[in-house]
Amino acid sequence: MTMRSSRIITGGRRRRRATLAATVATIALAGCASVAPATTGSSGSSAFKEATQTPGSTITVWTDSTRLPFVQEYAKEHPNVKLNIVTYDGDANGSTYLQTKVQLFDRTGKGWPDVVFASPTDVTWATVPTNPSAQAFAAPVDQLVPKSILDNFATGSLSPCQVDGHTYCLRNDIAQVVLWYNKTLMDKWGYQVPTTWEQYQALGEEVAKQHPGYVIGSIGDTNSDESYYWSSQCPAQELVGKNTLEVDLSAPDCTRMTNLLDPLIADKSVATQGFFDQGFNGSKVLMSVGPSWQGQYLYNAAFKVPAGEMAAAAPLKWAGQSTTYTGNVGGGIWMISSHSTNIKGATAVAEWLTTNTSALASAPTYPAYVPAAKAWLANPANKDYFAANVSNVFINAANEVWTGWSNTKFSDETPWSNTILPALTAGKSLSAAVPAWQASIVNQAKSLGYTVVTK
Amino acid sequence: MERATAPSGARPARRHQRRRAGLAGYLFVSGYTVLLLAFGLFPTGYSIYLAFTNSLGQFTGLGQFVKVVGDFRFWPAFADIGSYLAMWLVLVVVLTVVTAVILRGRVRPGLSSVLRFLFYLPGALAGVASVLVWLFMLSPSVSPATGLLRALGLSTFDQVMAPGNLPVILVLIAFWTGAGGWIVVMYGALNNIPDEVLEAARVDGAGPWRTAWNIQIPMIRKWIVYMGILAFASGSQLFVEPQLLAAASLGRVSPTWSPNQLAYVFAFQYGDFNSAAALSVLLLVIGLIVAALLVTRSGLFKVGDE
Repeated sequence: MTMRSSRIITGGRRRRRATLAATVATIALAGCASVAPATTGSSGSSAFKEATQTPGSTITVWTDSTRLPFVQEYAKEHPNVKLNIVTYDGDANGSTYLQTKVQLFDRTGKGWPDVVFASPTDVTWATVPTNPSAQAFAAPVDQLVPKSILDNFATGSLSPCQVDGHTYCLRNDIAQVVLWYNKTLMDKWGYQVPTTWEQYQALGEEVAKQHPGYVIGSIGDTNSDESYYWSSQCPAQELVGKNTLEVDLSAPDCTRMTNLLDPLIADKSVATQGFFDQGFNGSKVLMSVGPSWQGQYLYNAAFKVPAGEMAAAAPLKWAGQSTTYTGNVGGGIWMISSHSTNIKGATAVAEWLTTNTSALASAPTYPAYVPAAKAWLANPANKDYFAANVSNVFINAANEVWTGWSNTKFSDETPWSNTILPALTAGKSLSAAVPAWQASIVNQAKSLGYTVVTK
Repeated sequence: MERATAPSGARPARRHQRRRAGLAGYLFVSGYTVLLLAFGLFPTGYSIYLAFTNSLGQFTGLGQFVKVVGDFRFWPAFADIGSYLAMWLVLVVVLTVVTAVILRGRVRPGLSSVLRFLFYLPGALAGVASVLVWLFMLSPSVSPATGLLRALGLSTFDQVMAPGNLPVILVLIAFWTGAGGWIVVMYGALNNIPDEVLEAARVDGAGPWRTAWNIQIPMIRKWIVYMGILAFASGSQLFVEPQLLAAASLGRVSPTWSPNQLAYVFAFQYGDFNSAAALSVLLLVIGLIVAALLVTRSGLFKVGDE
């Protein structure tokens, strides 16, 4: 009885299985369309069509909380402009909130903000339609803002905004990498401030011997690759063609940094715990290779180093190198929506937020717009904390950011933090972990449609 | 006349009554049916449609599935969720059943109900809140269990968040929030066993462990299978917990740790809803296969043969 019923079931199953297999085969073999159909629209001015304009209509501004006071100030100064101010995470730390929302707005055909604060990485997707029937989100600002104004942004600061000969964003601030050091401690211990990477390495070895426990940098933050490898002109993600990315961490410009850091990691003068990790001991930092905002945000606010101790020096260069190149850690942008029904008003908001010198003099970070940067440096609040004048260091470094570290569709922080940081925490050396980092960047790039060359 | 009218009058009344009873039944299930259609069946159908088409709505056969399986994050994500599920299922099945048996038979009723309440309590916290509690518990600089963490060689949060520790951390969180509810369910199931059966076992000389192993657990087998199906389904859809850990660990935890997170990245980072749908359909199929295996092997839906 049981046997018979089970046999019947098996027979039925077998038949069903055969039918299923046949169906699957038919489906698989049928003339199928490609999973990635060619998009009809393309980026660039040809795709940009203004929406039907309603002069004076409400302008929705998405900002992070840091820039919120400035948007509010604009609202106060322009009481006749109708603004709808929305706060969001600003797409910091690899968040993709804006991208997620725009994907959905593109599907529903409404809801886009007019002006957004975002991260440079966002430009890469915002200049391409998110689906075949959508229009790219970012409007070309070079068709909206006078060239004389665009020319006043720091050298190279608009390069993440530039795609196919057009400029799609206004840079809010730069985070040029400089050399931060505790002047009080350096003087007390009789150390010279290094000017080359070779001297930096020698100093690290000295510190490890004479003042163990103190560090001259950290490699453990999500963006430490931008402080060290970007400054070293390492081709970790260099666009060499329209859609061709060079990823070569075995290039000499990368290995020189790996080889410099490994001994310092081994003797613990460079920390593998991130500065921003919970429990990092900020009182043991002699020096750091880091962005301009570290002065206020890290040393003043987080580490509570007393005023008059910290100073900034020019970015390090390699012995025998005539030009100095440095890295960049963050720095926001403003984009204008191509869907805005009040694009004139939206442009005015974005322009004011990035170029208004009197407002930007009290900005929390170093403005990308050169006249505003000068006003910022003249503001006592931005320099009184430091042991020496940081103006020249900041101004020069702002123009030395290496442009070979390209703005890509993925954040460089993801492969770095997923591969290198856990390896360092587990006690491995950088050189042992670099192959995994390389593979991770290559995989990310390929999955987003880049052609990867590794040489 | 009277005789003739009486039955004919009674019959329509009864028929009417029966129709009303039927209507009430439909009325009772209508709310659920509408929600099931709107949030269950329609989205499932739509994602099956998306999984077999591209962004222009053209039929792509198994193309999306091939693409998803070939993605470099696919196998790591399934390996992650696999190791998590293995630990989570064994732990939840063994520990909740053992706890329920102990609470039912070896603990005084008053204490037993207090304990059941305490076990259930963390489940009242939303997923997000429970992750925050565990982030606090697992940060050596603030945790009340710092000593224990250090004894395990974990002195910084980064070390706690090492990739190899994640399945364990996620099982801890899931067990802490989810086990209490199942203990209550299993306890209820044990209550269904007639006292005479247990009495008979005792008379036959069965001790508490023998009673549990040979009488109680076999008699609540169906509830255990039911728990297995639901725990597998919820476990394979893990999303919130690893997503929050990724943010809290400042990127050390991969943003595509679980398959559901990978689907999320496909949909909302790449705008590739079709691949995301294909991945979701794969998860659905896996869930259905496991459920079907458990149901057929255990005779969960067999009626009246016990």
